[in-house]
Amino acid sequence: MLSLSVRQISRKLQDGVIVPSDVCTACLYQAEKLKKLNIFVRLTKEVAEHQAKESDVRYTNGNVRSLLDGIPVAVKDNYCTRNIETTCSSRMLESFKPPYNATVVQKLQDAGAVLLGKCNMDEFAMGSGTVDSIHGPTKNIWQSGEKYTLLRNVGERATSVEQVQGCNSTHGSKMVYQELHHLSSHSNKEGSSSPSEEGDWFIAGGSSGGSAVAVASGAVFAALGSDTGGSTRNPAAYCGVVGLKPSYGLLSRHGLIPLVNSMDVPGILTRTVDDAATLLNILAGHDLLDSTTVQDSFIPLDLSQDIDISRIRIGIPKEYNCPGMSDEVMETWSGVADILERAGAEVVQVSMPHTPSSIACYSVLNQCEVASNMARYDGIEFGLRTAENRSTEELYASTRSQGFNETVRGRILAGNYFLLQRNYPHYFLQALKVRRLIAQDFTHAWSSGIDVLLTPTTLTDAPRYSQFISRDNREQCASQDYCTQPANMAGCPAVTLPIKLSKQGLPLSLQLMGQSYREDVLLAVAKWIETAVDFPRLQLET
Amino acid sequence: MHRLWKHNIFLEKFWFLQQNARSLNSKIPPTPIVKPIEENKLPPRTKIDQKTIDLLERLSLVDFANKKGIERLEDAIRFADQIRVIDTTGVEPMISVLEDRTLYLHDDIVTDGNCRKEVMSNAALTEESYFVAPQGNIPLIPRDSLLTEDENLDQK
Repeated sequence: MLSLSVRQISRKLQDGVIVPSDVCTACLYQAEKLKKLNIFVRLTKEVAEHQAKESDVRYTNGNVRSLLDGIPVAVKDNYCTRNIETTCSSRMLESFKPPYNATVVQKLQDAGAVLLGKCNMDEFAMGSGTVDSIHGPTKNIWQSGEKYTLLRNVGERATSVEQVQGCNSTHGSKMVYQELHHLSSHSNKEGSSSPSEEGDWFIAGGSSGGSAVAVASGAVFAALGSDTGGSTRNPAAYCGVVGLKPSYGLLSRHGLIPLVNSMDVPGILTRTVDDAATLLNILAGHDLLDSTTVQDSFIPLDLSQDIDISRIRIGIPKEYNCPGMSDEVMETWSGVADILERAGAEVVQVSMPHTPSSIACYSVLNQCEVASNMARYDGIEFGLRTAENRSTEELYASTRSQGFNETVRGRILAGNYFLLQRNYPHYFLQALKVRRLIAQDFTHAWSSGIDVLLTPTTLTDAPRYSQFISRDNREQCASQDYCTQPANMAGCPAVTLPIKLSKQGLPLSLQLMGQSYREDVLLAVAKWIETAVDFPRLQLET
Repeated sequence: MHRLWKHNIFLEKFWFLQQNARSLNSKIPPTPIVKPIEENKLPPRTKIDQKTIDLLERLSLVDFANKKGIERLEDAIRFADQIRVIDTTGVEPMISVLEDRTLYLHDDIVTDGNCRKEVMSNAALTEESYFVAPQGNIPLIPRDSLLTEDENLDQK
């Protein structure tokens, strides 16, 4: 049951096969069982049980609020949740209890969703591995040593894809789900030592790593992340789930603790593209409390009609092949381009020449906005306060030095360096100009008739922890965010979806980017690819 | 028609998963297009002096902690130097992607209030209805220079 999509579990709830309280209990059990993956910063058991009971009543009385009613969800720990600790995985906010809900959290609640817990992240969302957290790193569920089965939707003409998975299963016709791949036997067959044996593991990606593993592992059916340079799409790609970064201004940022105000967007993590659309429909729209949400009326997406893929023009931006990209990612990218082409879509190569500048440009804008945003943490009104009492300045300095990790402090110092009067034109102003050039690359692509852009999401499958921490935070972000960052510069929507498994049994994912506020086209194409590649669902053994 | 499509899709899938690594789609560039910027094209590498360290620590109200922190800043500057060689003549700075829209303004009416208790509930130290801070306008106590950290250690 826990590997079903939101749509599927919602159907079961509506049919009365199961009640929200039971789903909630099962999810809480699953979350407890997976404690060592360190998915949650905090489980909100009492809140969840209370909300589930209320939902039970709504299903009994027939006044169900939405497709999400009674369905357990999780929220990254940088969203304010009323009277529930919101730490941003930082010592600075370790005991911070917001007196209000973020708008998107409130919308989930109004839709009847059950809040299961708050998810782990890199401190203040600065990172791409969910390894820099005061709560410790989050581990990927894939190849974690947990036993799971892979399920695939098998249609009327099942083919022998099993060979690729390296296991032998029966060919089923007209079977809805077919077991294809058993992890433990697979690992044994390979004869390679699994990462857990060496005290190592595969990272979840980040910074929304907890949210991605929560969805991938069946602890919840959907989760909120946030996305400034790829923080939703990167972990979604490594964990084999769908990760949607909506257009800037479509979802409210009110109550999302800011990183880079001009690029932050709430991110959506689900198991299917349909589910991402369901959440988008619930969360999107103008918010009086966030003046950067657009006022255009939002038309809910409807993906029920198959699109005519032959009318879609897909762009392959050639600059997205960069040093460090693995052969498997290249093959996956190429394979999906082939599938689209053979189905009649027009696939064309395009050039987006400023792509390689995106990361360096982002590093400047990020650090400058961080320097400004982090100024609010002084120990006086909220957050950590040290015992320092000599002067206000000393109190600020000691609080901030103890409350922030090395990465956060480093970014504040660098940001203030770039903002110094003598450096301002050469770095900050120059970065804003380069940002326009990057955004113009997108405008040119759209005006040449491209509907969506197809690229990798990450350069490889999930790295091992030992390998990941061998480089520092800045270097990691520079390569991890290469493919995802430009969309944030341009504000356009982007979605990552899992395509197939790598040789070491980890998800390989691709990214689609679309025109701003055209999530309808973006997700319709994503859904088409999702159906075509039929990525297996992971189901934990009970 | 629908069945036919499904049929095609599964054939495609079979082909895709079986394909050989060598044959990439013609639209996918087979080798990286991106070339790293040559070091000699960049401006000279920045060395941070003591005056700048003091200034940044005062502005940031966080300290560099150690010599490694200074190196980290120099690396961050080096990384950012890449954008300085990009020709941006005649390009306007882009502050927000919503630049072509008018900013929404609230009606000037009170929508919330009476929440002093909630607002102050997260402060570690309050007195009556005030936040409490130690005395202000006292400069930070100067510290040993981090640039000469190694020498300082040697002397000790």
